[in-house]
Amino acid sequence: MHHVVLERWSRGTSIIHRRDPRAKIIALVAFLAAVATTPDSCAPFRLPAYAALPLAAILAARLPLGGVAARAAVVLPFCGVFVVFSLVAGETQRAAALLEKSYLSALAALAVAATTPVARFLAGLEALGAPRFLLWVIQFLHRYLFVTSEQAQHMRQAAASRGAGGGFRFRSWRLRAASSAIAVLFARSYRRAEATYRAMLSRGFQGRIQLLYELSPDWGDALLVVLGIAVSIGLRVAMVLPA
Amino acid sequence: MTDPVVQVAGLRYRYPDGTLALDGVDFRLEKGETVAVLGPNGSGKSTFVLHLNGLLQGEGTVSVCGMRIGHETLTPVRRKVGLVFQDPDEQLFMPSVLEDVAFGLLNSGLKPEEALPKARHFLRLVGMDHAGEKAPYHLSGGEKQRVAIAGVLAMQPEILVLDEPTTFLDPPGQRDLLALLRSLPQAMIVVTHNTLFAESLAARAVFFERGKIVGEGTPRELLDCFNWSLPGPSRGQPPPAAGSSGQSRL
Repeated sequence: MHHVVLERWSRGTSIIHRRDPRAKIIALVAFLAAVATTPDSCAPFRLPAYAALPLAAILAARLPLGGVAARAAVVLPFCGVFVVFSLVAGETQRAAALLEKSYLSALAALAVAATTPVARFLAGLEALGAPRFLLWVIQFLHRYLFVTSEQAQHMRQAAASRGAGGGFRFRSWRLRAASSAIAVLFARSYRRAEATYRAMLSRGFQGRIQLLYELSPDWGDALLVVLGIAVSIGLRVAMVLPA
Repeated sequence: MTDPVVQVAGLRYRYPDGTLALDGVDFRLEKGETVAVLGPNGSGKSTFVLHLNGLLQGEGTVSVCGMRIGHETLTPVRRKVGLVFQDPDEQLFMPSVLEDVAFGLLNSGLKPEEALPKARHFLRLVGMDHAGEKAPYHLSGGEKQRVAIAGVLAMQPEILVLDEPTTFLDPPGQRDLLALLRSLPQAMIVVTHNTLFAESLAARAVFFERGKIVGEGTPRELLDCFNWSLPGPSRGQPPPAAGSSGQSRL
């Protein structure tokens, strides 16, 4: 699963891994803003220049370039629908811009996610003012996605062992079985959420998850912010300069 | 006789759907004592232990180390009673093992630089110091159970309550857990269906049925009285008589 690999990558010790999560988030937001506001007319040949920034971060973090690049492609099917609409409407440049912007944004977000453990990433977001409740939801989703997907896998195996599956032909009973399985997974997740909350209360939880590793920015973090913003703005300006 | 560390009197609890889960439970636990809680599914064992650190509050009284559980005593009571849940996945909710063990320490007001060495110490105590940076979903069932116990022990409770601790453990894992629990100084309440585990760990046991404690004695006495052991290895022997309850009460 993607988040298991990301988890492993995020435990690295490179110069990028060691940066304060707030610095990485600020640099990421600057980059995303620059990409998003770039005119579609810069596609398809100028826009890829933005890739220099996330690629530099990925290389400095000693992450596997091919692995990160491949995982960033998961965003393509989602933007693919709009790309198809644009192509049908005859706007090929807009379609290319959509494709490139989506991929570049995913690549940059992945570079940050793969170099920042979830707890530190969420602490960085909280320090920057993100709503705490939303961050808890993200943390628990990340933690229990794996458990729930494992349960779903077990249910699928149990169904297969009783003769379900085989072939791709649509059967109404399959739909009913799938919807029942989803309902069971939902009920189990609800029960697990209650039990987890009880476990938290029993260990003194009083409404705020404390962070084990305190955030302490240094000059390297300041440099990352400055560089991230400056390079993003520089690239953004260069995009609209006459050739 | 010294004052008990846990004293429960006339405890009744009804779930919101109307099910009467506890119907007048009286119980006491002495300092350093280990008690096994036995009984059929749905007899109220887990509901009972949830009352011991105020996660559920029914009618009657529950006192821990002389403190009657109420809204104002919840925080100190939860420091005294460490509750280990049946499914360790429900207890390990933080992104890494070390952060999970430190969760209770940070909640009790320790600073990160104080909590970190303590968390490492308790991970070492349960033999899991190599896994501090791992995510909980990378651990086996036995390893998760050990980390869950470390997270509770880190709060240095006076009473340890374990709800079905052997459910996800293979026999070697159960043996390791038994050795670990025997080495701990805390008073313990262990809810279990595992008769061998109960006999090996506890000198005293209570038997729950329909929300009441209906028997008390050594684990062996209760297992015999309530016909709670499995039949012998011979396939020719008749199964034990239907119904779990013994004719006589201890």
